[in-house]
Amino acid sequence: MAQPYIKLTNICKKFGTVQANKNVCLEVDKGEILALLGENGSGKSTLVNMLSGIYTPDSGRIEIAGKGVVFHSPKDAIKAGIGMIHQHFKLVDVLTAAENIVIGQEKSVFVNRKKTAERIKALSDKFGISIDPDKKIYNMSVSEKQTVEIMKILYRGADVLILDEPTAVLTPQEIKGLFAILREMKAQGCCIIIITHKLAEVMEISDRVTVLRKGESITTAVTKDSTPQQLTEMMVGSAVSLDIECPKEKLSEKPVLSVDGLIKRSPDGVPVLNGMTFDVYGGEILGVAGIAGSGQKELCEIVAGLMKADGGSVKFEGKEILGLSPREILRHGVSMSFIPEDRLGMGLVAGMSVMNNVILKSYNRNPGPFLDRKFAKTLAEQIVRDFDISTPSVYHEVKKLSGGNIQKVLLGREIWLSPRVLITAYPVRGLDIGASYNIYHVLNEQKKKGVAVLFIGEDLDVLKSISDRLMVIHDGAVVDIADPGSVTKEDIGMMMLGHKPGEEADRAV
Amino acid sequence: MDFLNGFGLFLQTSIQCGTNILFAIVGGIICEKVGNTNLGIEGMMLMGASVGFMTACLTANPLLAVLFAGVAGLVGALIYAFITITLRGNQVVTGLVLTIFGTGVAGFIGNMQMSEGVTFSSQTVPTEVKSAFAAYEIPGLCEIPVIGKALFSQSIYVQLAIVVAVLAYFYMKKTRFGLNMRAVGENPGAADASGINVALYKYVHVLAGGFLCGIGGAYSSIASLSQWQENVTAGAGWIAVALVIFSTWNPLKAIMAAYLFGMLRGLKYEMQGWGVQISPQLIEMVPYIATIVVLIIITIRKKRENQPPKALGDPYFREER
Repeated sequence: MAQPYIKLTNICKKFGTVQANKNVCLEVDKGEILALLGENGSGKSTLVNMLSGIYTPDSGRIEIAGKGVVFHSPKDAIKAGIGMIHQHFKLVDVLTAAENIVIGQEKSVFVNRKKTAERIKALSDKFGISIDPDKKIYNMSVSEKQTVEIMKILYRGADVLILDEPTAVLTPQEIKGLFAILREMKAQGCCIIIITHKLAEVMEISDRVTVLRKGESITTAVTKDSTPQQLTEMMVGSAVSLDIECPKEKLSEKPVLSVDGLIKRSPDGVPVLNGMTFDVYGGEILGVAGIAGSGQKELCEIVAGLMKADGGSVKFEGKEILGLSPREILRHGVSMSFIPEDRLGMGLVAGMSVMNNVILKSYNRNPGPFLDRKFAKTLAEQIVRDFDISTPSVYHEVKKLSGGNIQKVLLGREIWLSPRVLITAYPVRGLDIGASYNIYHVLNEQKKKGVAVLFIGEDLDVLKSISDRLMVIHDGAVVDIADPGSVTKEDIGMMMLGHKPGEEADRAV
Repeated sequence: MDFLNGFGLFLQTSIQCGTNILFAIVGGIICEKVGNTNLGIEGMMLMGASVGFMTACLTANPLLAVLFAGVAGLVGALIYAFITITLRGNQVVTGLVLTIFGTGVAGFIGNMQMSEGVTFSSQTVPTEVKSAFAAYEIPGLCEIPVIGKALFSQSIYVQLAIVVAVLAYFYMKKTRFGLNMRAVGENPGAADASGINVALYKYVHVLAGGFLCGIGGAYSSIASLSQWQENVTAGAGWIAVALVIFSTWNPLKAIMAAYLFGMLRGLKYEMQGWGVQISPQLIEMVPYIATIVVLIIITIRKKRENQPPKALGDPYFREER
């Protein structure tokens, strides 16, 4: 290869005492898609943040088209033609798509709506993107927002696009759409760097892949000459098995949790749960697939007693638990862990220590007004040990841990309560492969103990592998409960959009 | 006809009563739109009022008086901006301290000696300044029934407030700077990633807001009362803090909010004339009650455009993890 378009040499970055990047080297050329692969905390985000001017490297050299550059702010990176789509979208909710696209860009004093709209239209046609420039961001779906982010970058005339875990919150169909756009951009000579945890996507979209481990770049491989197995081993640093186990356990005779005709309306009167009905038996994992916002959050909150339902029933071993307080439901043995998109929003208190978070749900077991600190410390240390949480001490603030470790604290606390029903939503959201497998293992352990597990997930491959039965929901109702062994991903995708399998065939006839 | 004339006069007084607050609300809106809660409005107004008054007495130049009043507010805002933007200090505490500081400055200046044995507080504004800010009639326009007198037989200071509010509205809604500024207040991370200099935008707008607050304060001391009074703003800065919310961060609605409040004040005097006995304290409560009602309404209706800027009160640090 001649001189690559972008070349990073020996990049180092330290946060306090943590060495986030150490001598990282990376090269990308025009018309190429490079995947950046690595576990949580391996320094992928830090690296691309330096390339987009958010952080400044402590040492090392960034070259673009053979010339060394130094970015002091995102503005410098934008000028150099680098655009980044962050994991958490950088959009202003109350503004329209067009306004978001032009912020920081417009050269004239007044905002020229017509000219902006024309340019957006031209770019849309060129890259096969469709957006409504006058739609407000808060009315948009996740994938629409992502499209706005891409358009924002194209509008600036950037030819280097960096995407940080772009597929984490998309449906299979939306991922296809995104990949189509990326391929089109590649064909037009753009340079694309994509961070993802999903190996299948790396294999599908990238030309080359650079693997990072513990802040160092381990290797760069040509994608079509490597296998997922090899990549994983380079990433983790040791051999791992990529199969998710799904041992068959003895089911309980009666369902442990039955949800029947659950109805919930949003404050505007829009139904978010539309007569959801299903049973979960002890000793099984019921997987739940659905587009984000199909009622997953409401289901979790209602079962846990955090939200009132507008109709229907939730029975635990035949007893109605709807309307009980969260504490009473917890005492029955129903435990819920919901990992929201920002990981901290629900369940954990960011500014409190690991220890205090661990005892949040069990402080009241101890009579009297004082906390049993000794018990709390022992318990926290036990959870840290059992779940292999990397933290300096149990007194460390939760928000300072990495995403994977935060999730382990949450899940560890829920499991320690020895629940009869374990509801877990997005437990591996944003986790690397090693950490994810740990969590799958933990869930299977629970299943062995006869716990009824409701697993609300995103990755269909994972859902298909780990679930005993796979329930697909759409618009707050169950579309179908399928056998994960035989159903195809495409069918699941269709069901997530509300089409029952077979319906399509009917219409064709 | 008598009634209409009476009402016209009442409107005229009301608008005068609302002028200092209108400057302060617009200043407050500009500051909050870049994500900075500023409880120092009262302090900046007092600094503007005292420095403006001092300048008027010393130079007898109306333009300089207003300019220095604005600069005094700006200096107050600069202290606030340095602490909250550069040092990322707590905005609420800093704002409160600024108000206390401004009160002190005003008291100090009022008791300063202008010449041997003569303090500023015993002075009245020189006639040059007084006449510059006296009400003048725009021929023809002031003949329009009811609103003619209210709008076109006023001091230029009063009209300036309306012009400032309208300009602020167009600046925020129509220009790219306004768009960028709103982005900073809503989501500084997004603004930064778009290449906007967040700290610069915050500084410029916080200072501009302080400038307007200073001018607003000086209206009371050099145009309306024309003499020094201890605590001359009489809590107008606090009312402005409330009315920023009342006007849902919209400078056009701020005009309405300010004059509604001016009417309430006008009503206080009017009712004394009618012999109606209503406790003035009761009337002074109204803006706060109205603000509470508006807060309740915007919270219930949840219309996104009427909500406070999302990043209001949050210091921004790019490398925060």
